Amino acid sequence: MPPIPGSGLAKGLAVTLRTMTKRTVTAQYPDTQPELPPRSRGVIALFEENCTVCMLCARECPDWCIYIDSHKETAPPAAPGGRERSRNVLDRFAIDFSLCMYCGICIEVCPFDALFWSPEFEYAETDILDLTHERDKLRDWMWTVPAPPALDPAAEEPKEIAAARKAAEKAEKAAAAAAAEEQNAAEQAAPGQGAPERGAPERGDGQSDEQGKGDA
Amino acid sequence: MNDTLDVVLRLVAVLVVFLTFPLLVGQAEHKVMAHMQGRLGPMYAGGFHGWAQLVADGVKFAQKEDIVPADADRRVFQLAPAVALLPYLLVLIVIPVGPNGFVGQTVDAGLILVLAVMGVGVLGSLMAGWASANKFSLLGGLRTAAQLMAYELPMLLTAASVAMAAGTLSLPGILDGYHWWWTPWQLVGGLVFFTAGLAELQRPPFDMPVADSEIIFGAYTEYTGLRFALFLLAEYAGIVVLCALTTVLFLGGWHGPWSGSAGWVWTLVKTALLAFVVIWLRVSYPRLREDQLQKLAWTVLIPLSLAQIALTGVVKVVIS
Ligand code: SF4
Ligand code: SF4
Repeated sequence: MPPIPGSGLAKGLAVTLRTMTKRTVTAQYPDTQPELPPRSRGVIALFEENCTVCMLCARECPDWCIYIDSHKETAPPAAPGGRERSRNVLDRFAIDFSLCMYCGICIEVCPFDALFWSPEFEYAETDILDLTHERDKLRDWMWTVPAPPALDPAAEEPKEIAAARKAAEKAEKAAAAAAAEEQNAAEQAAPGQGAPERGAPERGDGQSDEQGKGDA
Repeated sequence: MNDTLDVVLRLVAVLVVFLTFPLLVGQAEHKVMAHMQGRLGPMYAGGFHGWAQLVADGVKFAQKEDIVPADADRRVFQLAPAVALLPYLLVLIVIPVGPNGFVGQTVDAGLILVLAVMGVGVLGSLMAGWASANKFSLLGGLRTAAQLMAYELPMLLTAASVAMAAGTLSLPGILDGYHWWWTPWQLVGGLVFFTAGLAELQRPPFDMPVADSEIIFGAYTEYTGLRFALFLLAEYAGIVVLCALTTVLFLGGWHGPWSGSAGWVWTLVKTALLAFVVIWLRVSYPRLREDQLQKLAWTVLIPLSLAQIALTGVVKVVIS
């Protein structure tokens, strides 16, 4: 059956009328904050304690908008007659957000986990010069960085945890072998007498001890 | 003395209606359009759901600079908004709201007056388009002219059909002769009248003359501040007038239950419903292309209105 002429027009009217009776989807932004996904790129936050002033971020930034100043401090030698120790101290860390293009390369490249994405996005200024934010401001944003999302259940184990676990397993195996040997020796020394009663608590103690060592 | 007071009171009442109803329609448009698009519309001005948005807009318009282009025809350019707006005020005076003289002024040939004066309103756009010394304005003005030519005819023909049915040109007279079965009888005429009226007002989907994506804003491109606001006001006053007129001619005006005491409520309700339909159509349909717009008028609306006149004549002869 061919469509009734004009039914398309009626359909259009019906759509708008139906939309009118439904709830609106407007998010009233300044009144209610938007729910941002955890990986939102709002602003770059700096965790100062982790920064070693390696300058990698400043060098990799395509816009050259990261400014880092530092000076070298020397500490007296640990032992008399030794060499003086030196370390870099951060003087200035600033990002010019009027140049930044939010590529995230600096965060990606930082080897010491000192830069993070914060979802904070309300830092507009009336003067473009005020968009260069210094380290205290970047540090303030650090506290708005959300906790990293939980790992995917099927994901590969993080390297550190895998290494620790392997070490623990190895230690456990060694402890078990040692305990077995000890028991053998005890059996040979006093065959058929009191071995089960003595053996059980000892083995338990030894195992927990070894395990503690392995974890540490 | 009493007569003078009576006239003054009626005119003041019409003026108040003229100044408030377009704002009501405008605010309703903000809200209805927003909700039809899943939005909220203005929410801040005035507190409760932005009821004072249009007042705030008015203040904003009043603060803006009034610019006349250097090459413009000054006098015509400055007069155009008034020419666009005032006819609707005149029309409002003769529209009957309730029975027994509840009307600004009874005019014997009210229908003729209304249609003639409403035609003047479009002249404002033409003047604006010509006087602006801007090619986009001129294009808009020419499109307005073409639209006026195309849509005035079906409007007049369908109005004539109602006048034939009632046997009078007086608006209260037409309502006095109204029976409920006139509405189905004149249905086609009513639809044509309403559509043609929308086109006269250059409302979407018939807003080719102001198509902002093609010719900026047509005849109104060069206008700023209050004069621009007057053009907008004229559009909304035009909606009020068109809806009221459609109500009177085709929907039986004040007729309805308890029309003796509450007749004017019926007029207002019907007018408001029609205004809602105007907004609804705007949200639902895309703009017609210039050639489609002309084709609709000449190949659909005019034949339909002629058929309506023929039908009216036949029925009239049969029942007399
Ligand atoms: S996000 Fe990109 S542009 Fe911005 S500071 Fe980091 S590296 Fe530079
Ligand atoms: S890459 Fe990281 S550690 Fe190196 S200077 Fe930049 S923020 Fe500091």
